[in-house]
Amino acid sequence: MPREHYLKASYGIRSWLLTTDHKRIALLYLASVTFFFFVGGIFATMIRIHLLTPTGYLVTPENYNKLFTMHGVAMIFFFLIPSIPAVLGNFLVPMMIGAKDVAFPRINLLSWYIYITGGCFVLYSFSTGGLDTGWTFYTPLSSVYSNSAVTPAVLGIFINGFSSILTGLNFVVTIHTMRAPGMTWFRLPLFIWAQYATSIIFILGTPVIAITLLLVGLERMFHLGFFNPALGGDPILFQHLFWFYSHPAVYIMILPAMGVVSEIIPTFARKPIFGYSFIAGSSIAIAVIGFLVWAHHMFLTGQSTYSALAFSLLSYLVAIPSAVKVFNWASTLYKGSISYDTPMLYALGFIGLFLIGGLTGLFLACLGLDIHIHDTYFVVAHFHYIMVGGAVMGYVGGLHFWWPKITGKLYPEFLARVAAVILFVGFNLTFFPQFILGYLGMPRRYHNYPPEFQVLNVMSTAGASILALGYLLPMVYLTWSMRYGKVAGPNPWPATGLEWRTDSPPPAENFHVTPEVDWEPYDYGNRPDLGLAAPLAPSPAPAHGDD
Amino acid sequence: MQSQLSLYPDQASNFAGSVDSLMTFLTLVSVFFSFAITAAIVFFFFRFHRKKPNEVGVPIYGNMRLEATWIVIPFLLAMVMYGWGAVVFVEYRHPPKDTLDIYVVAKQWMWKAQQPTGLREINELHVPVGRDVKLILASEDVIHDFFVPAFRVKMDVVPGHYNTMWFRPTKVGRYHFFCSQYCGTNHAVMGGWVTVMEPANYAAWLSGSTGAEVDPVAQGEKLFVERACSTCHIGSGLGRAPSLNGLYSAKVLLADGSTVTADEAYIRESILQPNAKIVAGYQPLMPSFQGQLTEEQILALTAYIKSLQSQPVPAKGAGAAPATEKK
Repeated sequence: MPREHYLKASYGIRSWLLTTDHKRIALLYLASVTFFFFVGGIFATMIRIHLLTPTGYLVTPENYNKLFTMHGVAMIFFFLIPSIPAVLGNFLVPMMIGAKDVAFPRINLLSWYIYITGGCFVLYSFSTGGLDTGWTFYTPLSSVYSNSAVTPAVLGIFINGFSSILTGLNFVVTIHTMRAPGMTWFRLPLFIWAQYATSIIFILGTPVIAITLLLVGLERMFHLGFFNPALGGDPILFQHLFWFYSHPAVYIMILPAMGVVSEIIPTFARKPIFGYSFIAGSSIAIAVIGFLVWAHHMFLTGQSTYSALAFSLLSYLVAIPSAVKVFNWASTLYKGSISYDTPMLYALGFIGLFLIGGLTGLFLACLGLDIHIHDTYFVVAHFHYIMVGGAVMGYVGGLHFWWPKITGKLYPEFLARVAAVILFVGFNLTFFPQFILGYLGMPRRYHNYPPEFQVLNVMSTAGASILALGYLLPMVYLTWSMRYGKVAGPNPWPATGLEWRTDSPPPAENFHVTPEVDWEPYDYGNRPDLGLAAPLAPSPAPAHGDD
Repeated sequence: MQSQLSLYPDQASNFAGSVDSLMTFLTLVSVFFSFAITAAIVFFFFRFHRKKPNEVGVPIYGNMRLEATWIVIPFLLAMVMYGWGAVVFVEYRHPPKDTLDIYVVAKQWMWKAQQPTGLREINELHVPVGRDVKLILASEDVIHDFFVPAFRVKMDVVPGHYNTMWFRPTKVGRYHFFCSQYCGTNHAVMGGWVTVMEPANYAAWLSGSTGAEVDPVAQGEKLFVERACSTCHIGSGLGRAPSLNGLYSAKVLLADGSTVTADEAYIRESILQPNAKIVAGYQPLMPSFQGQLTEEQILALTAYIKSLQSQPVPAKGAGAAPATEKK
């Protein structure tokens, strides 16, 4: 372990709560998103136990509705959206581009306090009456009819939105202005491209959800008629505004995970990534086209047929860049030197689950098929494959990959591999039966169901117990490793990024000397400093030193 | 009715076959790609496993032909899925002529249906096999969704809007219907049964039922007088407002020069927001009935106005007559 590093730079609670070090802020986020993951996870566990029997096993209908609503709000707004950007992004964006910190370190700390403030409002809502509107807050149910604590919840999400906006702004400015000498745009790690695309969505999309939920609050408190038809409002308008953000929000969750996978695969195949510019460009394409597909959540609201036709077409177009990424990742493995290290297992698991999640998205984008599967468990299964199978696998894989950098310690490798396999198996057992349930016609958000759906529900709950084990194991051994793990050294894998060219854990200023970049990304063939053998058939790297 | 581990529900409407065919096609394409990519990954994973600790892979930076291939082929397949899905959807969104029209009103947490004869049902819906059925959907409160898995059809029921959906039952039986849009506490129990009957049995059920039966046309006519609609909307066309004779399904010329087809949604809008569309030649005099009529009363008024379709349409002239023409 290095004598001096960011964890030892200063001590005491004040040194954490007033820090402007992006690495410490990342750890503040790590602790807080883990807390919300626990909260959401407990709700999920209760949901799955309740659904063991057709008449409901555990709670009253009111409480069931609160459980799935609070599960969604905690997981989406307070875990999934901030997880990779605010934890791994905060830690890595400056380090990967060779900077000392983000462009606005104090604003970075401010965004964490905003997140905590928003989180407190939401926890206040959860603990004083709960929330039963569904995380989608559809009007006029949320703005007029619900008797739960809707107002503090929408205020909390409104406030939390500014945290995302400031983080996005910080990353965009940092990536534009603080790259080290020689770190040209096409030498950027693909994780940075993904963070950049995500930041664009943060900045352009989040204001819309923030103001929309504020309007819900205003309609609730002051009876202003925005969405309530009895006051001359339009409930469908809410859905347009809501999904204008909340569909791109799915890309906020998945794009950074794709960025993580794009780092892990070349590292553990020890070769340049296949089609760098296609993977980078597809991130931007997803961010842009992702803004033009929102009304595919609304095919059956009675919107015009022409509108449905246009949004279905655009939804198919956004699938193409995702497919391009998958093909490029798979091709990167060809003639690699592949290891079975834990991050690689997560990355490959991500591809498998994202494949199923992405392909079933095609089913829902298909107008004729959506008539039947819209608002059924098919949708539930689909978006859990994307958000949990995709985004969370990416996040946990990324945590393992950079854990030695963050803590300076190695986790127990064998246990970690076992946990990765348990997670993959448990996830599929939990959510695959839900595709079938959906096609058989079980609607979402049902606290009880006709008896013919029981077998598949029991299978799903059984899988969830395995999945829970898969999440608990890493929490235990990662925490354990902080104290008892083996010392990792600066570059244990070894990997090619700038963040691996400094100590683990890094010094407070990240690098002892400002790094200069004169190599292409993931260019194992031209990195004698890594101490590896020369490649069998070297081929010249495309030069990007001048662009 | 169905075994516990079947992969799809009963096929009991004209849409069931086409939706299931789409499902089969998309599943086959997806299974093919999932297996192909997974097989490639698993094969590479073991075939190119690291043999020596300091070994590196062969640097390969990309291949434009491959990139083009895996952009173009998925794009073409996606367009086939898009086009096929669009055909089914367009058919679903355009009901045929001469349907059996049933009004369905949703409220937290029950479904009320009214047959053309006025017969009312709660959480039940009886329809004859082989007949095109159109449901006109209204909500008293929040957004609901009428979903019949065995028919592969659903449609949101939105307060302040009329939505319609249609299907042709093809198999006699009893099938679940569900509320598929989350609507509050008892969302999960807001469902019931669709009973598909032989036409003769359906007719017998209609006439022999002891259910509450109020003729919606008569109820609408009563409201039409009570709410003083009849003082302006005079059948002869000589009142301050257009005659409603022959209005339903006719094209109406509006003050701004555009035309609109007088369907249920137009009639509803004209009752609740009369100034949204002004008929050419008339003044915007009518007060709004927003909040003063229940959904069922609006449906009754609509049924009455539809019944005026058979009344003599006054001749055009001097701006006093309605600017309507039969489709």
